[in-house]
Amino acid sequence: MSAITRDEVAHLARLSRLALADDELDHFAAQLDQIVGAVARVAEVAADDIPPSSHALPLTNVFRPDVVRPGLTPEGALSGAPAVEDDRFRVPRILGEEE
Amino acid sequence: MSLIRKTAAELGALVASREVTAVEVTQAHLDRIAEVDGRVNAFLHVDAESALAQARSIDERIAAGETLGPLAGVPIAHKDVFTTTGMPTTAGSKILEGWRPPYDATVTRRLREAGLVILGKTNLDEFAMGSSTENSAYGPTHNPWDLSRIPGGSSGGSSAAVSAYEAPLSTGTDTGGSIRQPAAVTGIVGMKPTYGGSSRYGVIAFASSLDTPGPFARNVLDAALLHEAFSGHDPLDSTSIDAPVPPVVEAARHADVAGMRVGVVKEFGGEGYQPGVLARFNEAVELLESLGAKVVEVSCPTFSYALPAYYLIAPSECSSNLARFDAMRYGLRVGDDGTRSAEEVMALTRAAGFGPEVKRRIMLGTYALSSGYYDAYYGQAQKVRTLIMRDFEAAFQQVDVLVSPTTPTTAFPIGERADDPMAMYLADLCTIPTNLAGNAAISVPCGLADEDGLPVGLQVMAPVLADDRCYRVGAAVEKAFESRWGGPLLSRAPAL
Repeated sequence: MSAITRDEVAHLARLSRLALADDELDHFAAQLDQIVGAVARVAEVAADDIPPSSHALPLTNVFRPDVVRPGLTPEGALSGAPAVEDDRFRVPRILGEEE
Repeated sequence: MSLIRKTAAELGALVASREVTAVEVTQAHLDRIAEVDGRVNAFLHVDAESALAQARSIDERIAAGETLGPLAGVPIAHKDVFTTTGMPTTAGSKILEGWRPPYDATVTRRLREAGLVILGKTNLDEFAMGSSTENSAYGPTHNPWDLSRIPGGSSGGSSAAVSAYEAPLSTGTDTGGSIRQPAAVTGIVGMKPTYGGSSRYGVIAFASSLDTPGPFARNVLDAALLHEAFSGHDPLDSTSIDAPVPPVVEAARHADVAGMRVGVVKEFGGEGYQPGVLARFNEAVELLESLGAKVVEVSCPTFSYALPAYYLIAPSECSSNLARFDAMRYGLRVGDDGTRSAEEVMALTRAAGFGPEVKRRIMLGTYALSSGYYDAYYGQAQKVRTLIMRDFEAAFQQVDVLVSPTTPTTAFPIGERADDPMAMYLADLCTIPTNLAGNAAISVPCGLADEDGLPVGLQVMAPVLADDRCYRVGAAVEKAFESRWGGPLLSRAPAL
């Protein structure tokens, strides 16, 4: 198992959409390395033939009749929005300048 | 006896018989909050006006001859991870500061329907990630037994509110021990119901396959009454169990363990456990034997790997769940100056809005789910989860319940483990297997550790949907200990 380097933390932060400061990268690299080292112990368990469990309970899909039910009003849905325009969520630009 | 010292069952009966009004009960607790919460910091938000209005409405309905449930007019402190209309919901995070949800969680709705009076919202580790409430963006909560120590976590505001007599009842959520561990270290009762027995709808998600709402109270019967009030099938939660709520209240009133088979989990003990915790635990086991239970030692070998498996599974699920905090639809938005892209704003907002533990777990989960690491980490952890479930199954063929200390140590000093994640994670050593397997477990007080005079909890684990066994054993232990102690353990806490 590879150790967690500063570069690796920078990569994980980018994937996680976290704009971390330089000093945070160093701090998290040391801590994540320690944590990953500890949790890697799961490899000691002989489990080749064991099926994985994503969940504790045996679950199947749950269905309900397709009937109209009351939901959030537009006002309710937009009530916590950082910015609103014309009954819509107003967001920063999604496409780059060149696109 | 003052109203704040009474049990929830007593308060409900007094209000129903109109000996006391719900307004008087509510005001007594609001006064207590005003008196002590500056030092305890259990609450993130108190809404006196709304609480008194709720109480008045209960009094009016009772005066009009309506028959309400056993907890009508009883105040409750509500963990700030459940959505509430009319009150802020922050999950202890800056990213949700000031957010007012447009809908109630199912648990919130059921509290209101049962006539419980919501006093306010309690502090927690940010997004319920932690064992001390030190990860709250709004400052730590203090343990009422010793204000320099942690009240447990993540539901530490809820455990502190009940143990400081600011509320007779509170709600929590338990993902890796976040109800049982805070209950243990504050000398009260906390129950993690069977996964799917209580609704996750409107609970801000941390790890969806593990998150379980449950009750806190100062005694086993009160916990059972609250458990019954908010549990049961919910069509709005896709993993809700469509089965009746186990007979928890009846079990809490049936404090008898004669003939029950009790298993002591061999793997919980030894290195890392405080001697005073083990001494109190061993006494509790002897007590169970003296009450007629048949005690045997049980081995659950895979439990030793529960902690590492949990710290792969829970962060993986959290990294996915917390992707919803994207600065677009609700919550904080930082850096939107017209020049930055949505993705840049998202990354700046998440960096500013999340605290260090949340960032650590998001990145750990992202790592565990990455291509190339998935099989070795997340995949292997899921296999270990299967083996833990099999250990429980095998154990429950031999015994009716399993017991262990709830936590390896008593409440530690605030700051001691704050920047040492692995040390902090050890607080949940004994509670995590139950979350991975989805079964039920309770923590009840079993005395004070000799070293520090702080509370110790006994954990009682039962099979899936056998929640009633936790209450039955818990009530028997409580009754026997209280007769030995001459009252509840909490009555020995120093005055605030």
